[in-house]
Amino acid sequence: MANTKPRIKAPKSAKQGEIITIKTLISHVMETGLRKDKKTGELIPRQIINKFTAKFDGAEVFSVNLDAAISANPYFQFTMKAEKSGEFEFIWQDDNGETYSKKSPLTVS
Amino acid sequence: MNKFTRREVLAIGTTAFATVATVALSSSPFALAEAKKTPKSLLESFTGGKQVNEGKITLEMPEIAENGNTVPLSFKVESPMTKDDYVKRVIIISEGNPRPDVATFNFSPLSGEAAASSRMRLAKTQNIIAVAELSDGTFHMTKTEVKVTIGGCGG
Repeated sequence: MANTKPRIKAPKSAKQGEIITIKTLISHVMETGLRKDKKTGELIPRQIINKFTAKFDGAEVFSVNLDAAISANPYFQFTMKAEKSGEFEFIWQDDNGETYSKKSPLTVS
Repeated sequence: MNKFTRREVLAIGTTAFATVATVALSSSPFALAEAKKTPKSLLESFTGGKQVNEGKITLEMPEIAENGNTVPLSFKVESPMTKDDYVKRVIIISEGNPRPDVATFNFSPLSGEAAASSRMRLAKTQNIIAVAELSDGTFHMTKTEVKVTIGGCGG
């Protein structure tokens, strides 16, 4: 999907030990595989984001295994304890084998 | 849009049944297990048949959802979230959707808090179950009912 665009809202800086909130959103239809094409009557094949992972300096902080009941344009809000400066990496895996990712730096003082 | 009318739901049911029948004949165990999934079997496969306690987890969802396409959901589990005592996973199960799986959230001690929010689809008025697995091997659950007013859009 060429129009799949990940968006992230994460702080760029934090105090040590602070619990920070991260919000992520990706534009995606999340086709359930249960709907029928109105013209042909055939089932539209499932195409969803099936896995979301948030890493910090390579270590997994938070991840989600998604099913078709997650709404279109999947949104997630979660937290992380800021302990050191580093870089976030967010990865979305599509049913069609594609992955989308985005990075964001964090400075801890 | 993504709403199901009663007719479509019935059609899906029929198709699913036909699929099960076909699959059963071709005896593919994986697909058969997939088709048989119920909220109860999903819960059992998550807990491994262990006892599930009430409490420790809170699930916040609106009492009434006008649009079943995007219903906000957020949960929190009481936990210090340290290396020795943290929440491993939280599963969200739907009792009234065509498939009971909604999502599984995986936490780590790095998470700081065992809390998350997302948005889900609800096919009709139903109970949503959230079950947390703690690092000590115990399970805690909560259940909340959401009433869905099917809007006039699409279908």
